[in-house]
This record gives sequence, C-alpha cells and structure tokens, in this order.
Amino acid sequence: MQNIWSIFKRELRAYFDSPIAYVVITVFLLFTGWYFTTYFFLAGQADLRVILGIIPFAFLIITPAITMRLISEERKTGTMELLVTMPIHDSSIIVGKYLAAVALLIAMILPTLVYGITVAFLGDMDYGPAIGGYLGFLFIGAAYLAIGTLGSSLTENQVVAFIISLLIMAAFYLMDKILIFIPNSMVSIVEYLAIVYHFQNISRGVIDTRDLVYYLTLISLALFLATRAMAARRKR
Amino acid sequence: MNEYGQVYRALALNKTINERGFRLFKRKSMINIEGLTKIYGEQKAVDDISFKVEKGEILGFLGPNGAGKTTTMKIITCYMPPTMGKVTVGGFSVIDNSIDVRRMIGYLPESNPLYGDMNVVDFLRYVADLRNIKGEYQGKRIHEMVDICNLGDVLHKNINELSKGYRQRVGLAQAMIHDPEILILDEPTIGLDPNQVVDIRTLIKELGRQKTVILSTHILSEVQATCDRAVIIHHGKIVADSTLSELQRDLQNKITINLEMIVDENNVVEQLEKVEGIEEVLETFPDDASGKNYRIIASAGVDPRREIFKCAVDTGWVIIGLEREVRSLEDVFHQLTQEN
Repeated sequence: MQNIWSIFKRELRAYFDSPIAYVVITVFLLFTGWYFTTYFFLAGQADLRVILGIIPFAFLIITPAITMRLISEERKTGTMELLVTMPIHDSSIIVGKYLAAVALLIAMILPTLVYGITVAFLGDMDYGPAIGGYLGFLFIGAAYLAIGTLGSSLTENQVVAFIISLLIMAAFYLMDKILIFIPNSMVSIVEYLAIVYHFQNISRGVIDTRDLVYYLTLISLALFLATRAMAARRKR
Repeated sequence: MNEYGQVYRALALNKTINERGFRLFKRKSMINIEGLTKIYGEQKAVDDISFKVEKGEILGFLGPNGAGKTTTMKIITCYMPPTMGKVTVGGFSVIDNSIDVRRMIGYLPESNPLYGDMNVVDFLRYVADLRNIKGEYQGKRIHEMVDICNLGDVLHKNINELSKGYRQRVGLAQAMIHDPEILILDEPTIGLDPNQVVDIRTLIKELGRQKTVILSTHILSEVQATCDRAVIIHHGKIVADSTLSELQRDLQNKITINLEMIVDENNVVEQLEKVEGIEEVLETFPDDASGKNYRIIASAGVDPRREIFKCAVDTGWVIIGLEREVRSLEDVFHQLTQEN
C-alpha cells in the first residue's frame, strides 16, 4: 500500500513537473469549452447534454496521451531496472502509476464544473444527470486510462504506446455505434461490451451495479494484463 | 568387546556432535549460485556457472565485454529470472522469495539509470520511500549518503544536469541508502575522476568488512585494489575463481622469459624447444630489437634460465638479454580470456 502511495506521488509530480499535465489540461478545456460556448451562445441552450456527449470522444484522444509514458518511458530510460529491483510488487508499480493518471484526469475534469455552475445559474439544471454525468466521466476516463496503462506496458516507444492504446479504446468506443451491422443475437453482448453504452446509463442519473461491474472489470483486467506484460518483458 | 563397543559409540557420538556444531557455526554463504544458465533466444549468455560469496567478502567479477557479468548480476538482483539453475541470496531464492532478496540487496546497474527529471534529494527520498525508510531515519540516511558520496553541492540540481561522475555517485547513494547486507555494483567507478575512484574504492573496502560486495569491472587494478577474491568469466563460463594471491601465485608458477640473442641460424625455435623445462617458444619482433627475440613459456614450477644459458653457450649463441617476466593480473586475464 505504502509503495503504491510512493509511486503515485512520484508519478503525479512527474506530470506536473513536465509540460504534459498543462498541455493535456489546456487542450481538453479548449475542446470542451469551445463546444460548450458554441451551444451556449449560438444555439442559446444552457444545457450540459452537449458536454456529456462530447467528453467520451475527447477522452479517446486525451487519455492515451496521459498514459503513454507511464511504463514505456521507464523502459526506454532504463529506470525500470531500478524500479523492479526494489522490494515492491509489480502490481504496486502499475497501480501507483495508474492512480496518478486518474488523479490527473480528475484535475482535468474539475475546471469543467464551471460549465455546470453556469448552467445552474442561467438554465434549468437537472441535477441527477449532471452528477451522474460527472461520475460517468470518472468511470469512462478511468477505464480508458487502464487501457492506456496496458498499452504503455507493451512497448518502450511512447508513440507506439499511444497508438496501441488508441486502437483498443476506439474498439470499445465504436462498439455501440456499429450495432446495426451486428446479428441480432449478438447485439446485447456487443452492447454490454461497449464503453459508451454504460456511460450513457450512468449519465442518465441511474447508477446500476451492472455498469459499475463493467467498468471495474475492465479496469482490473487491463491493469492485470499490464502487470503481466511488464513482468514478461523483463524475462528476456 | 562390550567395552570397545561403548568407546566406539562414544567416539561416534562425539563425532556427530562435532559435525553438527561445525555446521551450526559455519558461516552461511550470502550468495549461492548453482548451475546458473541464462539463454537469450539461442545464445547462452551464462553457461552453467556456480560460485558462492561469503559474508564480508568483496568479490571482483571480471571478464571481457559480453562475457555474462551483467546478466549474472541482473539475475542475482531479481531483474530477470534464470533459465536454469538455482540462485539464493541470504537463503532466499530469487524466484520464490524475490521480494526478500531485493530487500537485502543494493544495486547499481550497469547503465546507472536515474530519473533525470528529479533533483538529487527528491530522488533519494523516492528511493528511500520505496525501500520503506521513513521519517527521521530517512533524513538521517539521506544525510549520510550525501556525506559519503559527496553530493552536497548538487542536492537541488536536476539529475539530468549532472556530470557523469556526479550521476555515478547518485547511483551509489541510491544503492546504499537502506544499508543493505549485499551490494551489487556493475562497474561502480566508471566515469569518476581518479580522486573519486580512490574514495569509492576505499568506501567499498570499508563496506566489505561487514557487508558482502560483488563488483564487476574490466579494470583489473580495481580488483587488485579492492577485492579479496576474483571470479573471471568468459563466454558465460567461469575460467578462474580464486583469491587474488592464489591467482597471482598460479601465474608465477609458469614463468615467461624474454630472450634476446644474436644468432644466424633459422632453427632456433626448434632447438630451444628441446631444452628441458621449456613448453613453448615464440619468436617476437619488437621495434627496438638489436638481436632476435623469443618469448619462452616454461613448464609449471620450472625456471629454465640456467638451461637456456647452457644451451646458448653450447651452440655458440650470444645472449644479449634474458629476463623473467613478472606477470600481472592483466596477463592472467588476457591468458584466461584469450580466444583459442
């Protein structure tokens, strides 16, 4: 536990000591802010629904950028050797790093509360979907980050890590958008696997254990595989 | 008969007690390597090596580049598992009790990887945290390491900005911060200036009194200056494992003689080889020679200079130089790791 905390602290500092955190947060806020204000001023709608729709897509690009360096950089610079010869379990390394990425994600989402406050003042705020929406961001973001951590554990090249992660995420992202091409018998399975489907459930303000189980399973599985990939890599 | 039987039994009992006592008090090997083999793809990097390192011993691990030194060290430190063989550290297996092994070891890897984006203090704190050194003790240890490794001037500098010598010392500080029982140092003095090299060697020697140290190097004087024992490894196999004095004594056993003579004949080599006590004769061609030069290797334990002189007198050769070569560790190393 303590080791996870030590690694978490170091990784989070590394994010904020380097430009990564600032670039990622700026890009994310510009993107969502542009969408929000466009609808707010041009369409005259004080509504959070737009943001809810666009964020899963924004995450698709932003989250692999957050995670791509997590493990691949350690391998490239050789510090992996230092880290894995410390008396800590591989899983602590992965979890600590992953949680740092999640913390950065939270730091990135927090400023968007401004949109929520704006809507609350000027429009009809529907609190259920708003709170559900933010929980949904957290879950979908956390799931993406776990996949990103896995991607980063597979290669020592950050660009390759970015692309692998993006591909896996895109597969999960697109699943519920291709449902019409899928035989009827399979629809419910594919729909259950789709990452956005569960996000939509949560963001409706209904928190169902099935959706939580989906995200937690996806996260655990990705982190488990990342741990295995990291261990397998050093066996060579 | 009865009496004899009793005496015999008493003696036998005594013997068992002695043996058991001996086993109890016998020093346990700190590092025990048995039949270690590591295969990368098709290449055998380490080929069935076995050796032990006792507590309080400084072992020099010698070998040309690519001989398998680093691989062996990486296996002892649990960075990678062996393909075959058994490695235990302080009684713990590197496979089954890897965390316990890692706790006991301080490791300076070959490339000395460090987090370039951190400053020296933060880095040492991070390593101390991971080593579970907390609170006041952590401060004390970091202070000591900064003192020992002379890092006072660069404490708040980013590691990226440090010179190679400073980086190396940060690496050493990192390896020693938890006061480990065992130190594994892969080329510890690389990149240091001569004064620092002396300092670090003194430090290693001091540590070696209570701790166990394995250091790899291809600087032979380093082994002579710091180690009690040397293991020479070549093509993944151990070619020598002995204390330094033994190693040098072995060398002295076979004498090498450099002979310079003024002769006209062509079959000198053949004639010399017939002389008693000579194993091998090579003609050499040094730049500043005034006569013909020969390098003579004698049979073990024989000094054939008297015979050579007699032979020269008998055949009418004029000896203008006859000297016995004092062989250094360099020669041993060279001889043991030569390509055949």
